[in-house]
Amino acid sequence: MNTQPKDQQVLSALRQVYSQYGYQPYKMSKFEEYDLYVQNKDFLISDSVITFTDTNGKLMALKPDVTLSIIKNSKEQPGCVQKVYYTENVYRVSAAAHQYKEILQAGLECMGDIDEVQLHEVLVLAAASLDSIHSDWVLDVSHLGVPEALLAGLSPAVSADLLACLGEKNPHELRRRCEAAGVATETADKLCLLISTYGHPDKVLPLLKEALADTAAVEAIRQLETLLTPFAGTAVADRLRVDFSVVSDSRYYNGLVFKGFVNGVPDSVLSGGQYDKLMRRMGRSRGAVGFAVYLDELERLEQADPGYDVDTLLLYQPGCDLAGLKKAADALRQEGTVSVQQQVPAELRCRRMLRYINGEVTPCE
Amino acid sequence: MSKLLNVALPKGRLGEKVYSLFEQAGFPCPSIKENNRKLIFENPEAGVRYFWVKPSDVAIYVERGAADIGVAGKDILLEYAPQVYELLDLGLGKCRMAVAAPKAFRDNPARTLRVATKFSRIASTYYAGLGRDIDIIHLNGSIEIAPILGLSDVIVDIVETGTTLKENDLEVKETIVPISARLIANKTAFQFKNESIEKIRQQMAALMKQEAEA
Repeated sequence: MNTQPKDQQVLSALRQVYSQYGYQPYKMSKFEEYDLYVQNKDFLISDSVITFTDTNGKLMALKPDVTLSIIKNSKEQPGCVQKVYYTENVYRVSAAAHQYKEILQAGLECMGDIDEVQLHEVLVLAAASLDSIHSDWVLDVSHLGVPEALLAGLSPAVSADLLACLGEKNPHELRRRCEAAGVATETADKLCLLISTYGHPDKVLPLLKEALADTAAVEAIRQLETLLTPFAGTAVADRLRVDFSVVSDSRYYNGLVFKGFVNGVPDSVLSGGQYDKLMRRMGRSRGAVGFAVYLDELERLEQADPGYDVDTLLLYQPGCDLAGLKKAADALRQEGTVSVQQQVPAELRCRRMLRYINGEVTPCE
Repeated sequence: MSKLLNVALPKGRLGEKVYSLFEQAGFPCPSIKENNRKLIFENPEAGVRYFWVKPSDVAIYVERGAADIGVAGKDILLEYAPQVYELLDLGLGKCRMAVAAPKAFRDNPARTLRVATKFSRIASTYYAGLGRDIDIIHLNGSIEIAPILGLSDVIVDIVETGTTLKENDLEVKETIVPISARLIANKTAFQFKNESIEKIRQQMAALMKQEAEA
């Protein structure tokens, strides 16, 4: 019986997958100077941060995010990429619970001269991560270059409003806002097309290539196609969806963005993309791509209750032969989990109950 | 995840109209019409399970995945900003979110405006957009009496016919946003029950179009 919690099982699997692809473990302190987050507050999932003043008077924060710290400590080498993965606790306000939570998060970052080889590999790893969590998963993939090409020339406020509608798959509100902002009907039609064309890349991409042929979105669609074509014929292919409701913050992200879902968890468990813009904001000249896996919701995944907590409950009497009892318990542990007790605990469920008496292990009545 | 499509319906008159739309869209559940106190009804043949919940809770059921889809008012979606997809404006339960005040009220921009409301987020966002300094007074009901008793200068509330306002000597000063019932979906359910959800969305959109053209 595997008694490890689901998040720990997944963590072990993720570490193995990321290592296989040459990603190095990245360990960091729980604290970071608060300044780092002030500069990039909008990048954080929640802008509420737990702060404290350190003994030297510096305002510190319990890490609400890992990516910013990794970028801060990254080194740039022309022509190369730095590949790291992490498994860390972060501290932020949970959107669902509206209070601070310690959240176990895993993820990886690939920083440097990013090309389509690296982007594709990160998609492969995102897919492998979802596969480690659950057999039934979906990876929604998008490219911010597509909506950005259609929104070019509009004010940042209007663009943000329309992107929000895209994120909600909300065509009626999108049309209303286009009308209110004087956006051309043709642009509104094309944005609505992005909402309605959810699905398998083979179905969606040819349709979009034709419908958006006369726009600057064509280049982004070509890149999506390049990144997704190598999955053809693999088990991953059926689980990919092109979905333009994935609209990560365009002040930080550019190009490829994606979100992963597993059947049984109500929101995405994986989120990532290319964030060259964040790198620029933090004074880096190269690009980056990465993703985070949120492990806090995984306990919701159904794990069949075997009907017992331990395989064997081994009862002993006070004053029994300690060496003999140890030997008997160790032998039983070869077959499964064993709890050694004097009395039967009220809440403990066991598959079988044995008694150690006079050097012998016998079944209890 | 259950194979049945779980639908959260808002209790009350609106919920009955909404169920009728689902029924016409090909997802009937005759037992829901029985006169009893049951809250959950299912029709395995149609692959659907309905449950009645408080209208303001529909979005929570959908966001948390207890329901795959549901119907919620735009007021609730704006106020609680749940992480859900808003797939269709059903055009039912039409009303508006408005600022209302006693007929004689004149806003004095030199003073902080006292606003009584159940919809703190909507009111804050609206006045932040105007750059107006306000003091929100969160109330849970009988909002209309707040300006009469001097608790607030104005109220932000849902206005349907305006009768309650009129009877309390109030009038609409500004409309903030039109409100109606929206079909919403859980983000994960949308991925894994896409066929059923898309079918419902398309059928309902077609029904609404037919009605508009009739």
